[in-house]
Amino acid sequence: MEKTTLFDKIWDAHVVRSVPSGPDVFFIDKHFIHEVTSPVAFLNLEKRGVTVKYPHRTIATPDHNVPTVDQDQTIKDKLSRMQVERLRENCKKYGIELHDLGSAHHGIVHVIGPELGITQPGMTIVCGDSHTSTHGAFGAIAFGIGTSEVEMVLATQCIMQSKPKKMRITVDGELGSGVTSKDIILYIIAKISAAGATGYFVEYAGSAIQSLSMEARMTICNMSIEMGARGGLIAPDETTFNYLKGKQYSPAGEAWDQAVAEWSALKTDEGAVFDKEYTFEAADIEPMITYGTNPGMGIKVKGNIPTTEGMEGSNKISYLKSLEYMGFAPGEPVKGKKVDYVFVGSCTNGRIEDIRSVASFVKGHKKADNITAWIVPGSKEVEKMAHEEGLVKILEEAGFELRQPGCSACLAMNDDKIPSGKYAVSTSNRNFEGRQGPGARTMLASPLTVAAVAVRGEICDPREVFEN
Amino acid sequence: MAYDKFTVLTSTAVPLPAENVDTDQIIPARFLKATEREGFGDNLFRDWRYDVEGNPKKDFVLNDPTYSGKILVAGKNFGSGSSREHAVWAIYDYGFRCVVSSFFADIFKNNCLNIGVLPVTVSPEFAEKLFNAIASDPSTEIEVSIPAQTITLLTTGESESFDINSYKKDNMQNGFDDIDYLLNMESEIDKFEKTR
Repeated sequence: MEKTTLFDKIWDAHVVRSVPSGPDVFFIDKHFIHEVTSPVAFLNLEKRGVTVKYPHRTIATPDHNVPTVDQDQTIKDKLSRMQVERLRENCKKYGIELHDLGSAHHGIVHVIGPELGITQPGMTIVCGDSHTSTHGAFGAIAFGIGTSEVEMVLATQCIMQSKPKKMRITVDGELGSGVTSKDIILYIIAKISAAGATGYFVEYAGSAIQSLSMEARMTICNMSIEMGARGGLIAPDETTFNYLKGKQYSPAGEAWDQAVAEWSALKTDEGAVFDKEYTFEAADIEPMITYGTNPGMGIKVKGNIPTTEGMEGSNKISYLKSLEYMGFAPGEPVKGKKVDYVFVGSCTNGRIEDIRSVASFVKGHKKADNITAWIVPGSKEVEKMAHEEGLVKILEEAGFELRQPGCSACLAMNDDKIPSGKYAVSTSNRNFEGRQGPGARTMLASPLTVAAVAVRGEICDPREVFEN
Repeated sequence: MAYDKFTVLTSTAVPLPAENVDTDQIIPARFLKATEREGFGDNLFRDWRYDVEGNPKKDFVLNDPTYSGKILVAGKNFGSGSSREHAVWAIYDYGFRCVVSSFFADIFKNNCLNIGVLPVTVSPEFAEKLFNAIASDPSTEIEVSIPAQTITLLTTGESESFDINSYKKDNMQNGFDDIDYLLNMESEIDKFEKTR
């Protein structure tokens, strides 16, 4: 029998028809929608006179554009309010499940999907958001789509997709203390570049990946898109099953046993061939931070910004332009650079484990005076747990400001913006120019590094700040 | 929605050689608050094009009257980052019908094809030729032909072929979109859905 990869198994099981010398008609099990990339899709459905074909396969929540204060009140910004209201109208009209602002399971779409057990192994999942790759942590094929494709899924539950090439990234060995899954993914992206996996779908494997919790795996899969990959996935195992057991939408009773049996078969056959393979050693990975304006521009926190040696032409011009934007010079260290803001949140690192790790490290410390520290839970559930576990109290005593769930300062569509020229060390996923507000300078790092920076007020290695 | 038919386009081009241009640069998130598709062209490359007070930045290519046309010739890894189709809507709304680069981000490329903007991937050498030709003569015309699958510098006749699958090629030439195709196979999808 032909040896196939995990990706092949799931992909091939979802092809309704292959168009000769064209794409596959690809069936989508679950579709998440939010307020920003769905309104035009609904509008076009109406123009065509078409309805939502399988409303039970779509789940909605407003996240990108919502305020993170006073969520019980009417949204002040008129355009944001219109988008959220349009989402409510559309969900009501077509019978789509909506986790609305303020409700028990409201949150960032990529946080609530797994939390509710909607995301399951073997599924195909799409959303009009590139960080849909997060759900791949469960052994699902999950990726971001454009609004035309949102419309296709609403109308037919299918999209037209050419099958991507396959890449495997193996990380073996044990991670050092103070090194997290965020450091793993920032390390990988720095190694293979922000475009290094374009055209590929990635499977993450190896003992270092297998040893990670579900939440840590989600952080890795989440940032697959930051190296150009459409998505990334990890074979489901006991960790996956334990996470899903008892979740609201997880199968129960006999159906659970049957599901686990099926999910257990979802793995890459030994000897299956990938189009490209990379292998890294966990022991080589240290706390990472970005210094430039794409996620591939990352170095060890203790490292120096690369010089322009060996660069030429538009590559060198783009590199220097990026450093100029950041206010950095080639060859200098980042350690010791003053920071103005820290942001803990987003679909990359806004889950309860992230908040726990920040709280456990800042406990008994105070944030530095020059730092404004925002902590934005990924969902109402995360917020509730943070309160119940006493984390909010610890964080507030350390001088962090807790805000309400949403995408917030990750993309600064709402009022949570970093002022022009200011430096933010952020647990989010993108350090593009202006991503956190016009002129904002973003440096991406792990929640641990962010906690250390909050306390010191400057770029520092968490292992030097928090001993033990 | 079905879009304009695209067969052969002959036009001058606007050069933007910067590499790794992400969709946050093409259309910053704070301009994504609309509930309709039109009007995004005004904010195309907003923060490169205008200063904080909204005055045009003279050194940005879209503000330089020397360059115009329906073709945008862009640097390597164009359209990375967010899946926002708004980026392509902005490009289309501004008046571009074709984007040329030596390397495109995946989702961006798909989004282009889905609304009828043609993404043309050329070799790095040909991209360099295009940049040089436009720099030395901004009135240089470029011809992009879908039937022939070629891009040609009309001043010198230098030409390169590009890839597009026959399904998308047919769609572009006829102004069909994927939903037309999918809606036509409704019963086949229905049957499949019952097995999932």
